[in-house]
Amino acid sequence: MTQPVAASVALDGGVLAADDRAHGQEAAFVPSRGFWGHVGHRLVRDPVAMAAGALILAVVVVAILAPWITPMDPYKGSMLRRLKPVGDATYWLGSDELGRDMISRLMLGSRLSLFIGVTPVLIAFVIGSGIGILAGYVGGWTNTVLMRTIDVFFAFPSVLLAIALSGALGAGIFNAIVSLTCVFVPQIARVAESVTTGIRKRDYIDAAKLSGASALTIMRVQVLGNVIGPIFVYATGLISVSMILASGLSFLGLGVRPPEPEWGLMLNTLRTAIYVNPVVAALPGVCIFVVSISFNLFSDGLRSAMEIRQ
Amino acid sequence: MSVIPGTPDPFAEDRGGPAQPLLSVSALYKHFPVRKAGGRKQVVRAVDGVDFEVLKGETLGIVGESGCGKSTTAKLLMGLIARDTGQMLYDGQPVGERSMPWRSYRRQVQMVFQDSYASLNPRMTVEQSIAFGPKVNGVPGRQAVERARALLARVGLEPKRFAGRYPHEISGGQRQRVNIARSLALEPRLVLLDEAVSALDKSVEAQVLNLLLDLKQEFGLTYIFISHDLNVVRFISDRVMVMYLGRVAEIGPSDAVLAAPSHPYTRALLASMPSLDPDNRTQKALLAGDPPNPIDPPPGCRFHPRCALAEPVCSDAEPPLGAVAPLHRVACLARQPGSGHSAAPARALAA
Repeated sequence: MTQPVAASVALDGGVLAADDRAHGQEAAFVPSRGFWGHVGHRLVRDPVAMAAGALILAVVVVAILAPWITPMDPYKGSMLRRLKPVGDATYWLGSDELGRDMISRLMLGSRLSLFIGVTPVLIAFVIGSGIGILAGYVGGWTNTVLMRTIDVFFAFPSVLLAIALSGALGAGIFNAIVSLTCVFVPQIARVAESVTTGIRKRDYIDAAKLSGASALTIMRVQVLGNVIGPIFVYATGLISVSMILASGLSFLGLGVRPPEPEWGLMLNTLRTAIYVNPVVAALPGVCIFVVSISFNLFSDGLRSAMEIRQ
Repeated sequence: MSVIPGTPDPFAEDRGGPAQPLLSVSALYKHFPVRKAGGRKQVVRAVDGVDFEVLKGETLGIVGESGCGKSTTAKLLMGLIARDTGQMLYDGQPVGERSMPWRSYRRQVQMVFQDSYASLNPRMTVEQSIAFGPKVNGVPGRQAVERARALLARVGLEPKRFAGRYPHEISGGQRQRVNIARSLALEPRLVLLDEAVSALDKSVEAQVLNLLLDLKQEFGLTYIFISHDLNVVRFISDRVMVMYLGRVAEIGPSDAVLAAPSHPYTRALLASMPSLDPDNRTQKALLAGDPPNPIDPPPGCRFHPRCALAEPVCSDAEPPLGAVAPLHRVACLARQPGSGHSAAPARALAA
């Protein structure tokens, strides 16, 4: 019985040595790219995701530089030059119902639109992941209590929930962000919980338990790295929803207040001009559409880039 | 003794002396509740009264077919699932009580899992995975990494090449070496190998088995080796325990159990091994049917519905583990004097 096994003792070292030679000495140290390296590598080869990413980047740059690069004063109106059409010599993208330059207002508006679109998702990403990972990892009663509480929020459509919370808290940017965060926390928590539950039973979690690590350490070191990717993808997909909801709140007068430019609010104030100058009236909507769809496409690209199960 | 710098001699922790079993398990039970369609609660008797001892420095092989409770036993021994009842004495100390809390027990008892891929975190490098255990036990980061590298070298993986790799970048055999290195990172005395070589192909399996034997000698380890492969168990084990449907069927020195099996189930198991000689092929199945449902095991001896030696007395009482030779114990009425079974030996012979 021992004979064949004993013979392979010599093989043991031999095989490895041969393997070494095959790889060559210079190839001895190959710094591994790691998971995120692979994801980045695949992402830059996805033209749609890259285009969407470039557009998002452009909007972000414009939003940051807006106060310095707007061609005209976005707050200064002129009763004589109201609702100029797109392509006007002075007002490149026309002027709004108070004669203010549209392109300047759209540029400055991107700041608030992005801010109240992205911030709630970011905050909800942190809180929701925390709740979801805890519920998923601990399981049992903790899971039941946390997830059933979360389920209550799912009873309301997200638009209704955002409006109800925002209305109860009162108008304003801060309150709009709070209410939108409350809309997204349950959704992200649900995803985080299901991903975490999926890996909780893996052997490497058991092995980590056997090493005597505390639950918190295991969640931080072993679980987080494996669940953060899918949760992040889901969260980037929510940014478009958040932007549309935020615009909706502003449209209803629950978010940003005039005269601050914000795309949703601009859509509201321009709606009376829809028969006079429909193209100008639609511009803020086009901006919302393009930016949110870019976030969606980028999120899709990220998702497929992460679908490398080696 | 140790190859790893700055770590204590594993033998220094010995308490009860060489004669005291390292791990002694008695009346271990684990029933899993299941709800059947009718709404009545039932239980799967996964581990149903298991007793055994693991002696210091030995390798105890545990064999049995799928579903016999091998892996549940492993998880119970590691405390990954809670036992219903039963006692575990580690070097004389009751595990899970004040003198031997799970935390300090686990520092001395580690496990290697069957699935080499699932048992390594895909987002951590090999080195990080091995160093994780020492780190959470208070070894400073740099020292833990050094220990990880020393262990990698010891299991035959050149640290320079393998330390920074991710699990998917290395082969199955190399992954299992990493798992073995990780299990040794906390300097355990007992390593539980749950089908640790079963997923490897034959040549790699042989290499890993030899590695295990070397490590055992070098670090003064004791192994519990769970497998369904009788050849492997015969090669590596000093003693063998055969399980059937959550209970111990036979336990004894591996030469005795595997060369002259006493329990009809062990015999069937051995006879079912494919022969290398084409003229000596097994012609008919020695064991008919599937193992009975562990939700509703047969009364008396669990094996009697499939047993060639079954007599009416076998369905009356569960056979206790009785000695047929020194250190060799069998749970079969046909081997126990005075049991009422017609094949039972006379009382005088068994003394």
